[in-house]
Amino acid sequence: MVLAFFSVGLNTPGSGTVKAPGNHSLDLDPGNECSRIAHWLRRVLATTLRRRGVVVGVSGGVDSAVTATLATQALGKERVLVLLMPERHSSPETLDLSRLVAERLGVRVVAEDITGVLEALGFYRRYEAAVHQVIPEFGSGWSSKLVTSGVAAGRPYPVFSVIARAPNGLEVRQRLPVEVYLEIVAATNFKQRTRKMFEYYHADRLNYAVAGTPNRLEYDQGFFVKNGDGAADLKPIAHLYKTQVYQLAEYLDVPEEIRKRPPTSDTYSMSQGQDEFFFGLPFEQMDLCLYGKNEGLEARVVAEAARLTPEQVQAVWADIDRKRSGTRYLHMAPLLLHTL
Amino acid sequence: MSDPRSQIREFVVQNFLFGENGDMTDDASFLAQGIIDSTGVLELVSHIEKTYGIRVRDEELTPDNLDSINAVVAYVERKLEEKGWVMVDG
Repeated sequence: MVLAFFSVGLNTPGSGTVKAPGNHSLDLDPGNECSRIAHWLRRVLATTLRRRGVVVGVSGGVDSAVTATLATQALGKERVLVLLMPERHSSPETLDLSRLVAERLGVRVVAEDITGVLEALGFYRRYEAAVHQVIPEFGSGWSSKLVTSGVAAGRPYPVFSVIARAPNGLEVRQRLPVEVYLEIVAATNFKQRTRKMFEYYHADRLNYAVAGTPNRLEYDQGFFVKNGDGAADLKPIAHLYKTQVYQLAEYLDVPEEIRKRPPTSDTYSMSQGQDEFFFGLPFEQMDLCLYGKNEGLEARVVAEAARLTPEQVQAVWADIDRKRSGTRYLHMAPLLLHTL
Repeated sequence: MSDPRSQIREFVVQNFLFGENGDMTDDASFLAQGIIDSTGVLELVSHIEKTYGIRVRDEELTPDNLDSINAVVAYVERKLEEKGWVMVDG
């Protein structure tokens, strides 16, 4: 193994420039990659899906911004519909950045505020009641988020907690019993499923396909809601590591505000980083660990590149395997007793 | 009342394996065998806390304590001893 580390020249919002391990590289040729994806998009829409364009739900994050931009370049702005779907807990920045993407692309934009649907589903009531079970003071004016212990901390089992902030700024953290954890997740999944319902409504009326926006890390590790953001007709960037998505974002001139914004789930009323809830490490390190695992690199080589210890890399790899196993059913079609 | 080992084994077999325990031994790793995932660990912890009246601390959520029937039994017995309780078989 060659130990000459080299930079892939990424300026990501977390720890700065990322180095790929050994003589391997997360670097890609953005122009070639965009052409490859564009060709594929046109081909699958014309020959496999037979739809006339795509709907993209834009969240203000880099993944959906890149997906919308790739679709616009591949298909033309008249064949792309961008959907903005904020709700009561969305940060104001989300809507502003989403509009910025759509305006920059010149595509049609539809805003569907999903707060009313979520209220009708009882989401806000159910969520508040669940948190109230562990934080009795929780109520109107409070904000909250779900967090988990980091795998890098050496914990093979996750510890899920809720952090709630009172109107006076006081923060409370409580570990969640399984029933409350599942209730919070189940209620929150209404958001992703409601958004997907709107995406398919607009796709159906326009005879379009729905483009999903997961990157490789999310797709591989099952960081999506089944029949929610996991549902789509095509996923143009699911083969790209997050750091590679940032490379495309730079090449495609995605607004800098979006490229500099740390990845968030934008799911809870308190800002929640993806590494707080699911991955346990910043995406730059997760990318390197996943890449190293996929490429069969040695733990010590990945460790040096990711600024972790070999033991931590092994722990992350074990966690990757656990998540792959635990979320396998999310990728599955309904099971049948036998093949039909 | 059955002994603690039987109680814990019964919970694992019924809750996670729908009664089809196959040849799961008391030292079989739940993780390695794919018997319990991350949500399953939470269910196991909840069961232990409710059944035996103990509090599983964050730092105790480790395979050493929870990754097999033997590990869980030893952990529960240790926690009960800390409280001055003794588990009685039969």
